[in-house]
Amino acid sequence: MISSLTLKMLRDLWGMKGQAFAIAMVLAGGVATFVMSRSVFESLTLTQTTFYRDYQFADAFVSLKRAPESMRTRLAEIPGVQTVETRVMAQASVQVLGYEQPVTAIIVSQPDHGQPILNQLHVKAGELASPAAGNEIVISEAFASAHGLKPGDSLLATINGRQRRLRIVGVAITPEFIYQLQPGAIIPDFKAFGVFWMARTPLAAAYDMEGAFNNAVFRLDAAAKEPDVVKAIDLLLARYGSVGAHGRYYQTSHRYLTEEFKGLNQMAIMFPVIFLSVAAFLLNVVVSRLIATQREQVAILKAFGYTTGAIVWHYVSLILMITALGAAMGIAAGASLGSAMSSVYMDYYRFPYMLFHVSPSIALTASAICSVAAVSGVFYSVYAAARLPPAEAMQPAPPARYHVSFAERMGLGRLLSQPSRMIIRNLERRPVKSMLSVIGVAFACAVLVTGQFFGDSADYLVDLQFRVSQRDDMTITFIEPASRAAMHSVLAMRGVNYVEPFRNVPADFRFEHRHFRTSIQGLTPNGNMHRLLTRSIKQVDTPPDGILLTDHLAGMLGIGVGDLLTVEVLEGSRPVRQVPVVGVVNEWIGVYGYMQLPALNRMMREGSAITGVYLTADSDAQSQIFRDLKEIPRVAGSTLRLQALRNFYDTMAQQMLFFAFFNTILAGSIAFGVIYNSARIALSERSRELASLRVLGYTRGEISFILLGELAVLTLAGIPLGFVIGRSLGALMLMGFQTELYRFPLIIQHSTYAFAATVVLVSALLSGWIVRRKLDHLDLVAVLKTKE
Amino acid sequence: MSALSALQSDQKVVFHARDLRKVYDMGEVQVHALRGIDLDLFAGELVVMLGASGSGKSTLLNILGGLDRATAGHVEYLGKDLTTADDRSLTEYRRHHVGFVFQFYNLIPSLTALENVSIVTEIANNPMRPQEALALVGLADRMDHFPSQLSGGQQQRVAIARAIAKRPQVLLCDEPTGALDSATGIVVLEALDRVNRELGTTTAVITHNADIAQMAHRVIHLSDGHISEVHVNDQRKRPEELSW
Repeated sequence: MISSLTLKMLRDLWGMKGQAFAIAMVLAGGVATFVMSRSVFESLTLTQTTFYRDYQFADAFVSLKRAPESMRTRLAEIPGVQTVETRVMAQASVQVLGYEQPVTAIIVSQPDHGQPILNQLHVKAGELASPAAGNEIVISEAFASAHGLKPGDSLLATINGRQRRLRIVGVAITPEFIYQLQPGAIIPDFKAFGVFWMARTPLAAAYDMEGAFNNAVFRLDAAAKEPDVVKAIDLLLARYGSVGAHGRYYQTSHRYLTEEFKGLNQMAIMFPVIFLSVAAFLLNVVVSRLIATQREQVAILKAFGYTTGAIVWHYVSLILMITALGAAMGIAAGASLGSAMSSVYMDYYRFPYMLFHVSPSIALTASAICSVAAVSGVFYSVYAAARLPPAEAMQPAPPARYHVSFAERMGLGRLLSQPSRMIIRNLERRPVKSMLSVIGVAFACAVLVTGQFFGDSADYLVDLQFRVSQRDDMTITFIEPASRAAMHSVLAMRGVNYVEPFRNVPADFRFEHRHFRTSIQGLTPNGNMHRLLTRSIKQVDTPPDGILLTDHLAGMLGIGVGDLLTVEVLEGSRPVRQVPVVGVVNEWIGVYGYMQLPALNRMMREGSAITGVYLTADSDAQSQIFRDLKEIPRVAGSTLRLQALRNFYDTMAQQMLFFAFFNTILAGSIAFGVIYNSARIALSERSRELASLRVLGYTRGEISFILLGELAVLTLAGIPLGFVIGRSLGALMLMGFQTELYRFPLIIQHSTYAFAATVVLVSALLSGWIVRRKLDHLDLVAVLKTKE
Repeated sequence: MSALSALQSDQKVVFHARDLRKVYDMGEVQVHALRGIDLDLFAGELVVMLGASGSGKSTLLNILGGLDRATAGHVEYLGKDLTTADDRSLTEYRRHHVGFVFQFYNLIPSLTALENVSIVTEIANNPMRPQEALALVGLADRMDHFPSQLSGGQQQRVAIARAIAKRPQVLLCDEPTGALDSATGIVVLEALDRVNRELGTTTAVITHNADIAQMAHRVIHLSDGHISEVHVNDQRKRPEELSW
């Protein structure tokens, strides 16, 4: 049989269902963020790992000029190498019907008999290419869907200077190219770049690689030491023009994926930790006040002989019911939002499947955090009430000691009406309670700012990168280093107004025991197309000697101005040079070293070689330029600045902003829950006093003013504080969110502040309206009959 | 020998208090609520404590009931010292020996009349059935009503049922009719009188209403924290004979 105390608990719960629901909502907001973020991240990682395993993603990779197939056996003999697969990889420029901009592709050989051993293909449509026809290809799914291509369609591709018609027989994905990045680009453009697979024999024939290979991938023994194997491969292949073997860490797709996941992981930690702690804190405050209003009932139960333990448990179980509701709502919402977000990621990364799951530990952790927060709130308050001798607790709390308020002492009293004085005195009388309410509102406001400001940071970053720093209309990269003549042929094209050459040298940067693979960009002295900026957005020119490093890179290497950087070039004869670091520049996207073009050429001991040009052109000449570029076989690719900008937004929008959007919704529910609860508790704490005023002849409007005026003061005080807290939380979040891909500056637009303030104000108005309706129905007679 | 002296010589002492003092520290002022009370209450008697507001009668009742502690002096309940008892023993004492009735009933609004009684019987050793307790105060037909659906007098009778349902040795009532009109108050007093007679529960009623004193065995006057006068009613009136 259900005990009367349990019955009381259930009835009390029902009696405060509105408030209970609002508390549960705050909790649900925190829990949902946690469950969503963590489960999406865990699912993505699990999917990645599973995909890698199921499709035999290689452990080590090497590219070279050309080596005889006989070297394969030698490579296989390297201790630690379990499997080696040699391949031919060819660059091709591609023409897609109806798409005028230049398109490039990497064509990877696939064994004539079908599936490779490593980096296997997951065929989404059609089948693998057979060698017989000589022109069959499988294309990457991202490229296929960007252009609407399907098996049966065909493309024109220029391989090794010869144009051929290729027939698409299949659409596939592979762990090797989850992140498909055009050489030289940092943001994927699925239309401008594709990955194709072709049977080895016809590809080797087309690329003059019969009996030879220019790429190999390796599976290592579990016990193998990767650096040793890499060294051994390098030793064997150095004379075949290898640019250096590497493990997964430097594999483009893997690396970018890792960096993105790192970023996501940061968000998946920071957002929920911030949200959940805010929810926990607010819950604690709300619950303490709620229990404080039950002081009298605690005393009665004590008078009957209920033990403090039994009473504490009574309230703990009440709160646990609410917590359970909140956690259940949060877990359900988090799981479904997580599932929705996962499918967005699945589309974006084109995983063959998404292993979405909410692990019980995630759900349990979130529920536990909330329960602890809630219960500690109850515990303290009930304990405080139960500790009082019951006689004292049952007495109305002695008339609170009010003082003439500070404002009145300042002489402003005459300006204030009696109700205004009541508001001010009440706020001053319980500074801690007032402060906690203000902090509550502030946190609600802060989570809104935190949920929303990412867009501002992204806008700022884009503006700086694509408008202030990058000034060109188009960037053209060549397949190999070329002479300045290439630049002049570009300048000669109709519509091109201005060109500026650059040289890109892939290199491994070393300092002390740290090293990092990236590239050096050689820029024209006093160039105008790629401006380097300091943190305070001042333009710096490349120095005549020495190298400038992106600040994030300098940080990673632990190198400072004046130190000597060791540069191991990853092309040609792979020279190793020492270059002094002469400065750092601030960049939010990517990490590079910058040198003056002549200095870089000197360092490379080469003539005035360039690997690409930045150009500006008449906007109406673009199509013509694209057509002309297709005639220049050396062109590896071209990126349009505006296209890059769009791609960046597409990438961003799908990830960070998506994340931020959900968090904003959750933040909104937290904000409303907090403010509504504050209002309701204030009402129950003061309904007697307000009813007495009604009895004395105050109007509904006047007593509403006293209560809602206080709420308004607390809300208005909380908002600016919320801005400050939100900004600090944002800074904290960004500190953890720094990857090689992008870093985000802490930029919060007025509109974000305005948005946060608006949500808080709307919540306050809505809460105020509900409370006002309750005030209108205060039972005056009941108040007079019960004791004060 | 009067009826009362017979009662006293037959009956044992339930409460034995000596030099009981209580000081409330109200922050800026100290309030001396009890300034040295000597008092014995006997088993089965109905005592009315009379006094004006602030005379210390509620404080005395709270100390006797284990709701509060004296600042100095000592008080025994059936030989057990309440002054030095810890919180756990006071809880035990209240749970098994004392029934309270308060001026404002203090029912739990979320529970029905029956449940308000059950909440006490569930933790008592040898309680009567809640229905029985409610019948005793004449509320057998209101058991499923919530406090908000009951009149003041009915609520107070539920409170009495709640107080007696555990079969306490003592029943302590703080202004039980204070919030009621006279007709309703008399119904409540009848319930108290009946409990005292039928169950033999030692009953202390505090009030500032001198008329009520006529139903007591003994009347104790308090003023300013002292017992100023004790008198024995040779002729007790029945509650229905009272009026105010």
